[in-house]
Amino acid sequence: MKILVTVKRIPDPDESLKFADGGVDYSSSKWVPNAFDEYAVETALRLAEVAGSKDRLAEVIVMSVCPQGQRQHVTQFLAMGAERGVVVDADDSTLDSIAISKLIAEVARREEVDLVVAGKLSQDNEGNQIPQRVGGLLNWPQACFAAEVRRDKDAKELTVSREVDDGVEIKKIPLPAVLSVDLRVVLPTSVSNGVTAADHRYQEGARLASLRGITMAKRKKVQIFTPDDLGVQNSGSETTRAINPPPARPSGQMVASAEELVEKLKTEAKVL
Amino acid sequence: MSNVLVVLEFSDGTLKSSCLPGITCAKQIADANGGELHFLVLAADPAASAEAVASAGFGASTVHTMANPAFEPFTAEAWADGIVAAVRATNAAVVGGTASSSLRDALPRAAALLDAALTSEVTAVGAEAVLTRPISAGRALLDQASSGAVSFFTARGSEFPPAEAGGAAAAVAALPPADASTRGVTVVDVQKTQSSRPALSEAEVVVSGGRGMREGENFKMLEELTDLLGGALGASRAATDAGMVPADLQVGQTGKIVAPDLYIAVAISGAIQHLAGMKGSKTIVAVNKDEEAPIFQVADYGLVGKWEDELPKILELVKAAKAG
Repeated sequence: MKILVTVKRIPDPDESLKFADGGVDYSSSKWVPNAFDEYAVETALRLAEVAGSKDRLAEVIVMSVCPQGQRQHVTQFLAMGAERGVVVDADDSTLDSIAISKLIAEVARREEVDLVVAGKLSQDNEGNQIPQRVGGLLNWPQACFAAEVRRDKDAKELTVSREVDDGVEIKKIPLPAVLSVDLRVVLPTSVSNGVTAADHRYQEGARLASLRGITMAKRKKVQIFTPDDLGVQNSGSETTRAINPPPARPSGQMVASAEELVEKLKTEAKVL
Repeated sequence: MSNVLVVLEFSDGTLKSSCLPGITCAKQIADANGGELHFLVLAADPAASAEAVASAGFGASTVHTMANPAFEPFTAEAWADGIVAAVRATNAAVVGGTASSSLRDALPRAAALLDAALTSEVTAVGAEAVLTRPISAGRALLDQASSGAVSFFTARGSEFPPAEAGGAAAAVAALPPADASTRGVTVVDVQKTQSSRPALSEAEVVVSGGRGMREGENFKMLEELTDLLGGALGASRAATDAGMVPADLQVGQTGKIVAPDLYIAVAISGAIQHLAGMKGSKTIVAVNKDEEAPIFQVADYGLVGKWEDELPKILELVKAAKAG
């Protein structure tokens, strides 16, 4: 089995935004991997590995669209345990969702992968649409917002618990397929592959790279493409007109006691 | 013709109330574009649902129906096929609806099949139908314009008032049947959250607890306040991750986005990701023992104190206020 995981670098979400000229100035930002992509890589690794053994049930390939000189996040995911990388060398901030999805779909086709795993959204752009688009472009089934993923030994399908508005939906999807993961997919027993012992508990959250992993990552293969190589042009049908700070909330007041609070809620805010 | 097509969702034949803000957003886009408002009903047998919606009006001119057993239960795969066929048959210029988990699943897939742009979680409609959406956990607002024969949107439910029934009845028109396939998927089960309280995203009052509540048992006092106010219970990610309350109570960038009349945050520090899910609330109350907690920056009323001391007092006072 082959698993392609899509990953992205984002400006550190804990840094404050610098607004300039109707946009945001990221020139001095620290870049970090998107947290949901860490969960996606962790999901793929848990599906691929046999805990406690060196056996692998799948090859995990990480893919990113980014300037090829700025692929530290790819190296980081290789250090976590992915086998190899694919980088599409482009300034991803100039490509729209339509183009990014086509790049991913084309790499999935060329690599003949069985599964694409993606984070449910990027914390910066919050588009929440790339995995669904890739599912459509590949004409594959999709399971989005996954909280649990189960695969029976050698099965050609996954059973996915998806977080939906009114609860949890359990969806069986035949492979090849596209999976988008939500944050609870990295709880200790959220992913099982039918080979790793059923009672195995993983760490909570995405794993940290080991020292050995970091050394190995430098030797792992990263293939570089350009959008042209993959036959994809920017669509030009999404235009950003402006990015502005949200209107500030009028500043509130501190109250001295529960009595004052409830009194103000009653007479001033009139919400009781 | 730049008509706006809204994809509707039903529960046991009744229009889901979560669809109503999406209709309002669509109407604003239609008005900005000079187009008509149209509805789409996808179901095994959509006639009765469509008639009910058509007679309620909502400002729509036509309710289109497409019948196919593959549309039930919901799958993104079959619905995207149906939406694509409906867009082609109706020549809609804009397609969308409320950003429910179903439409966030199906609409981007349909958009890809039509090579169309999609604007997610729209919070405002501007001139020339430029759509505004929050990015970076609501710390910035992006104005997006879409070109192309057709474009898609999802509307953030908390940012548009629910559409109201009324006006002339809409016409019902059956679209020609189209292929729709689930691509071999099976929906095994939907485990619905059982609650006697209103849904988080629709409640007029939300009471949320955070890490400082320490354990699930302590949420009982919050639940009492919640029920006293007729509201919904929420939680920060720290509280749901720690297993104090179920995950679907999480309010924030990665959980539910809420905008009630009154939001009470107890023992929540106010991480950016949490603020993204509740700062649209009309009145925000924060109770936290740490006076430096970021939650106080968005609160209309802040009370520095331990929940163990303040909550019992608040409960008694609210009880008295309600009785009075």
